[in-house]
Amino acid sequence: MITALRRVFLGLVALFLSAPLIVVTGVSFNGNARMNFPPQHVSLTWYANFFTDSGWMSAFTLSCVIAALSSLVAVSIALPLAYAVWHYRSRAALTLQGLARISFLLPSVVVSIVFLVFWSAVGHAGHIEDTILSHAVVFVTLPLTTIGLGFQSIDPALVDAARTLGARDSEVLRTVIRPILLPYLICGLVFVFILSLNEYIIAYMVAGFEVETLPIKIFNNLRMGFTPTMCVGAVLFMLLGILGFGVIAWIGDLPKLLGGRTQARG
Amino acid sequence: MSRARLSLLLLWPGLVTLALTVVPVLLLLRISLAPQDPSAPWGPGVSFDAYRSLLAADSLRSLWRSLELALSVALISLGAGFPLTYWITRMHRRAQVLWLVFLLATLTLSDVLIAFSWQVLLSKRIGLSKLLVALGLMDQPDSLAPSVGAVIACLVYLVIPFTVLTLYPSLSQLDRGLIEAARTLGAPAWRSFTSVVIPLTRVPAVIAFVLSAILTLGSFVPPLALGRPEHWPMSVLIGNAALAGHNLPRASAMSVLLLLVTALLAWGATQTLRRRDNP
Repeated sequence: MITALRRVFLGLVALFLSAPLIVVTGVSFNGNARMNFPPQHVSLTWYANFFTDSGWMSAFTLSCVIAALSSLVAVSIALPLAYAVWHYRSRAALTLQGLARISFLLPSVVVSIVFLVFWSAVGHAGHIEDTILSHAVVFVTLPLTTIGLGFQSIDPALVDAARTLGARDSEVLRTVIRPILLPYLICGLVFVFILSLNEYIIAYMVAGFEVETLPIKIFNNLRMGFTPTMCVGAVLFMLLGILGFGVIAWIGDLPKLLGGRTQARG
Repeated sequence: MSRARLSLLLLWPGLVTLALTVVPVLLLLRISLAPQDPSAPWGPGVSFDAYRSLLAADSLRSLWRSLELALSVALISLGAGFPLTYWITRMHRRAQVLWLVFLLATLTLSDVLIAFSWQVLLSKRIGLSKLLVALGLMDQPDSLAPSVGAVIACLVYLVIPFTVLTLYPSLSQLDRGLIEAARTLGAPAWRSFTSVVIPLTRVPAVIAFVLSAILTLGSFVPPLALGRPEHWPMSVLIGNAALAGHNLPRASAMSVLLLLVTALLAWGATQTLRRRDNP
């Protein structure tokens, strides 16, 4: 009974989660400019359109640049902070970590107003740096979590052994800590990259008119009327997301990176 | 020596966090008390106009809508997300990774794209209403959006991956021996679930609930794209006040109100957890 219930439930959830994705992918293959599903006159017209239209391509490149830089900035904040929390267990580091997590835990519209007010007050609204720094600060909690998990997974005996054998701090860092930490660090980078790539309201508030990222362009288009080109953008983002997390699952232990058990029992 | 190294380590994270988290929130409080100025983001001096405008009927109604929406989305997400996560953690490793990648991939999609997908899915020409007609549940195809149901469906979609990721560590590390013990002692499956699994995962469940509610409170695009103006929660009013109304003090005052609601929610959650801990 439970098994049947479980199958039906999981099937329904899978359907619920994939339905919008299937529809959008289907519409992107339409031959004409209408919202048809299943697609009619299947063609790659809108894909060609996306890759040849300079507006869509520049929005896409801009989004990628912002996402790459903000993930680097976020990790540059998270790595020393997580190390300080793990190595020194100092109260200052813990307090700072708590503060750094706050932006992610506030309602996103509120955060977008907070940043709009801030960048207007310093007289610097409407620049790409605003978007990059705002995203880095909001999403820093993700690398903080993954890198924190990474530090916790280091066996203290391993560090002690290295020290006993005469390794200096820098050598311990390079030979013991770095290899263990690397997958967690990459996981944090990818998380920030993908969330920044897709973030709309903060990017729109701080610099939406000057720095038009792909989500902003899609939303502006949505208000003007429908073009299947935006479905192409959606499909590309979906593929990037699946690719990113597929790579993480491939190079690392995904359940463990997310804080689960190392070995899942069958 | 080690103190100096610690300060050096914390220099950059501390600088950025103070400049871009603490200072901006303080500025928000200040601007919520500034008068509106059509020629500048805000005017000089102090004014309570923005807060006074919160007492208007439409502001209060939108706050009520926000709360309704946040609680319904959080309840549905936890109700569906809990059994989902539980069953995922009991799968073979390969199936588990597949589900996690799938959920993470939906998590990565912009709320703009998800809202747009739901618009397409619920439209008259495509989608769900045709299926419902074929099943005999509806008389003729009709547009299912804008509606409250459409907003809730879209928000649940956006929130469920966060619910699963919050519940996953504790459900995954749950000592299976305890469940087996309960079963061996003759407890039926549902009983071992209610008396072993639920008490052990109370804390992450409450956290997931609060997180879902906060994500909903802050959502702008889904209620704007899929709801009618009379359903708009406070988040949409905040966005519109800042963007269309060019009234940053009013947007700030509403943001402060939403911050208070968020703080109240978090406080309520810690109180429930504490009370159960010391009966």
